[in-house]
Amino acid sequence: MKIDRTNPIWRFHGITPMAIFFFAYLYLPIIVLLVLSFNENRLATIWTGFSTQWYSVVLDNSDMLRAAQNSLVIGLSATVIATIAATLAAMGMARGRFRGESGVAAMLTLPLLVPEIVTAIATLLFFIVIGVKLGLISIIAAHTVFCIPFAYLPIRARLDGMDPALIEAANDLYANEWQAFKRVTFPLLWPGILSGAMLSFIISLDDFVISYFVGGAGSTTLPIYIFGMIRIGITPEVNAISALMLIISIIFVSISFLIDRIRY
Amino acid sequence: MSDRDVVISARAVSKRFGSGPNAVLALDDVSVDIYQNEFFTMLGPSGCGKTTLLRLIGGFEQASSGEIALEGKALNNLPPFKRPINTVFQSYALFPHLTVRENVTFGLEMQNMPKRDANCRADEMLELVRLAEFGDRQPSQLSGGQQQRIALARALAPAPKVLLLDEPLSALDLKLRKEMQIELKRLQTETGITFIFVTHDQEEALAMSDRIAVMKSGKILQIGTPRDIYETPTHRFVADFIGDSNFLQGDIHQNGNDANNTILALPGGQTISLAGVAENPSRSAQQTSATIAIRPERIILAPQGSSETALRGTIDDVVYFGTDTTYHIRLDDQTRLLTRVQNRDGATMPFARGDDVDVTLPAAAIRVLVD
Repeated sequence: MKIDRTNPIWRFHGITPMAIFFFAYLYLPIIVLLVLSFNENRLATIWTGFSTQWYSVVLDNSDMLRAAQNSLVIGLSATVIATIAATLAAMGMARGRFRGESGVAAMLTLPLLVPEIVTAIATLLFFIVIGVKLGLISIIAAHTVFCIPFAYLPIRARLDGMDPALIEAANDLYANEWQAFKRVTFPLLWPGILSGAMLSFIISLDDFVISYFVGGAGSTTLPIYIFGMIRIGITPEVNAISALMLIISIIFVSISFLIDRIRY
Repeated sequence: MSDRDVVISARAVSKRFGSGPNAVLALDDVSVDIYQNEFFTMLGPSGCGKTTLLRLIGGFEQASSGEIALEGKALNNLPPFKRPINTVFQSYALFPHLTVRENVTFGLEMQNMPKRDANCRADEMLELVRLAEFGDRQPSQLSGGQQQRIALARALAPAPKVLLLDEPLSALDLKLRKEMQIELKRLQTETGITFIFVTHDQEEALAMSDRIAVMKSGKILQIGTPRDIYETPTHRFVADFIGDSNFLQGDIHQNGNDANNTILALPGGQTISLAGVAENPSRSAQQTSATIAIRPERIILAPQGSSETALRGTIDDVVYFGTDTTYHIRLDDQTRLLTRVQNRDGATMPFARGDDVDVTLPAAAIRVLVD
């Protein structure tokens, strides 16, 4: 890494050790988890030798695979619905001034700020009141809600960076509303849409609290399954699952980040 | 079609933004006819409504009242994509994800022209704006001036009946702007398309236009050739906005019983004869107080004592500008006048600071204005 010595921050003594400590604090636990997932010993915290056996144990565990499948179905469904809703919301918000616009903007991003436990209880209560059976559908609905702001923000950022005259230019050049969307808006917006979708998927995959509250029998997701395993004790199996989830997350977030850097 | 066929006609067009007490009247009962094959400029300061009128013609905004017609057919409810009118946007608005050629063919493809013909036409257009070899580039690889030309080529490619230009030169530096002024005029003449050009730059308007509409606060004050606008402004605003003007305010009196010999009495007691000064059709004849304007280069200076009827003044300041010299004159009643004399004979300057002079305002150069 190239360090810019002209940055006045370097005049403070101890800034380098502070930074090292900070990153260690953030990433050391994750590194420990990754290392221990390759531990041969049955006891997760005692290192005896290198082995990939726990990964094959995990991949043979049919309960775990079912939980992973649930997570995938929930994540994909919530992502698709949330991304479509977020795209429409962003286009509506970016295009026009209207009464109550700032209120709508606040409501769109509010789910980011409300404590998750509150959302979880409220959602559970709501489902019980209107009589929705708890299961995959209820989790998908709940996930869609909190995925919308995550999908909305990158799409909105893209739209705000777009010259509004581009759409007018397309209309001016005989493209109707749909053609203008297809030929101009969408090609310029898709990196934002995809980036928002990836972010949504990861957030959904990672969610524990809401899934735990609004899930039912047969809708166990991966985080809930892991939580269940941990109650017995931290096993190398848990480490392996966690490592796999970490890798998936890193891949998705990296792709999302790279896509978002696409500029014309 | 003859040159005088009306292409765009606006009838009593008003545009209101917002509602209630915060409503802004951007256009106030504007009527104008724009002719076939004309370079028509809407000139005015920001907020005068010129861009609003352009956007109404383009279909990007809807008029609150009134009607805009293209060749006699009302346009009011047609969206932009159904109007044979194209626009060069202030920001150029080139599609960044398409190549230069794809930008130019965009409008043609939307009109269902076969791809091969569209590409042919695009190359023709790129030739016309002298960027033939740039077809495969991305817009971001081009300079501002080149992007401007591509925007022009793109808007001209579908051969619109009218081309709208929204301050297209404002982002260019001075030298490039001058070049593009000539280029625009050339393109207009070569294509024969009616250009409606919006600008706040009076020099640009004078240099390019067949006719200029000077706008202020949502109204058109005066429409005329650049020469009309400069030589015979009707409103004080027009005389002030375009070029330099001297303004003198006073009361109009009849001198004795001679109806043809009216005079303007200045507050300081001096009088200016208005005999032979052209009537201003926009001004009500009943008004007794008036503002007159005279261009600095039309004022005649002479050594004091050479004329009986001239105003008397003193030279306050002399500024040498190379091609001409300006004299700042203070009349005996303290009114200040600016005069400009061309330096035809090289370095000789006829007057110096402190000289007393006779100041003559020729009747042909005086305009009585609407305030």
